[in-house]
Amino acid sequence: MKTINLDYAAAAPVEPAVLEYMLPYFKEYYGNPSSGHSLGERPRKALEEAREKVGILLEAEPKNIIFTSSASESNNLAIKGLAASAKNKGNHIISSTIEHFSILNQLKTLQKNGYEVTLIPVDRHGFLSLDKLAEAIKDETILISIQTANPEIGTIQPVEKIAAIAREKGITFHTDATAAAGWIPLSVEKMGVDLLTLAGDQFYGPKGTGALFIRRGVRLTPLIEGGIQERGLRAGTENVALIAGMGEAARIASENIEQNSKVVAAQRDKLKESLLANVPHLHLNGHPEQRVPRNLNLSVEFVEGEALLMRLNMVGIHVSSGSSCTSQALKSSHVLSAIGVPPELAQGSLLFTLGKENIADDIPYITEQLGQVAGLLRNMSPLYHQYLKEAEKNAPVQ
Amino acid sequence: MPQYSDKVMDHFTNPRNIGEITDPDGVGEVGNPVCGDMMKFTIKVKDGRIEDVKYLTFGCGAAISVSSMVSEMAKGKTLEEALKITNKQVAEELGGLPGNKMHCSNLGADALHKAIEDYMEKNKIKAESGS
Repeated sequence: MKTINLDYAAAAPVEPAVLEYMLPYFKEYYGNPSSGHSLGERPRKALEEAREKVGILLEAEPKNIIFTSSASESNNLAIKGLAASAKNKGNHIISSTIEHFSILNQLKTLQKNGYEVTLIPVDRHGFLSLDKLAEAIKDETILISIQTANPEIGTIQPVEKIAAIAREKGITFHTDATAAAGWIPLSVEKMGVDLLTLAGDQFYGPKGTGALFIRRGVRLTPLIEGGIQERGLRAGTENVALIAGMGEAARIASENIEQNSKVVAAQRDKLKESLLANVPHLHLNGHPEQRVPRNLNLSVEFVEGEALLMRLNMVGIHVSSGSSCTSQALKSSHVLSAIGVPPELAQGSLLFTLGKENIADDIPYITEQLGQVAGLLRNMSPLYHQYLKEAEKNAPVQ
Repeated sequence: MPQYSDKVMDHFTNPRNIGEITDPDGVGEVGNPVCGDMMKFTIKVKDGRIEDVKYLTFGCGAAISVSSMVSEMAKGKTLEEALKITNKQVAEELGGLPGNKMHCSNLGADALHKAIEDYMEKNKIKAESGS
């Protein structure tokens, strides 16, 4: 059976050239980059080259890039690190209701430790209210953290405008660019951000790699203390092979970002059009256009997401869902709830994230299978039967 | 996606007794779409036994399998026997359910009991009004 991955945000294969690039750092160049002898030279060089390549992706100075284990760690270093170092200036942090849990959960922890948090609401497309953001700023505000793009509904925030508001008030601005990096052009200077998070696995690099851009002058308290690796901000021997792979993936992404985005967005749009035209009772979640190129989020009315996901999995189609049954917390997507998607539609949401592989030939199959699966599950859905009865009752008399 | 037993997957893939009895003797509904699971059971009773049982389910893989299993377990049983079916027994018959699914999706026995209670209540009313 053919396998069609439409869940690239969860996992993508490492680019073959990236894997080749990494291998020598497991074998020949296994030295510790902190070593004073010659075995450390090449690994040390690999780290600096990776820093340069990630720097190019972000139009940032390489020395301002810190390597971490993931976007979650980068987000934690940015927020907890800033909160600790700026404690004497204030205790108020602003973020949004649709951030990733690696932001929201640590904000809850900070609240328990005496910090005050304001979460700004978003509109039905997922756009942050700039007026509410400006109104929320206090003398005690030390940090604003707003994502560049949402990983679930793809909405791209007006980051430059948010950064301008923060800068005017002298507040540090962090953005989680995990869903955007490698897919839309990013420039830390144009964006005006002080801290920026990304992860290598989102653009065909290895899992377990993350980076944080830290503007010169921004002071962070490290989460992991020990040696002086990564400017003393992240102790521990660097995972050289994976970092080298992330760097190489960043280089390849930088060189192809325009082409990749164009091709992937065109395929995403074809998939969207085909599904909406052929499968009844589908609803698009998020903005129709202002979204990262590879993201499509649909709600399949009258059915639940995990059942859809399981049925699609049986026919080789891999997607994700924001249903409560696919979440460990057994809560449906906080993002869909924040943009006002009714609970029953949030339960039936499907998240498609495309890769740069060509799925054009698979679109008729995906459409046909989703139609069949939705039909089969609707046939056993009390909500659908109720809908049919009401439709019959309200039908005009012939 | 949680790890489900082969039996859960069998009932999910080939659910038995789907549908709604058009003139049911008892109807039982539990859950709501906000929680993610909703089950509606309809039963037909003859000579104190469940002659037919059908269900509609809005829910995850576990919820669908549970409904299907309950319908099989209930068919042909006396009302008293069917009322003794527990959610725990249903989970056991399915070869176990993931821990986090035990409470949210394993509502099938509750829905069946509600349908039986509905039948009993209706008949009691009928019996009283008829006397």
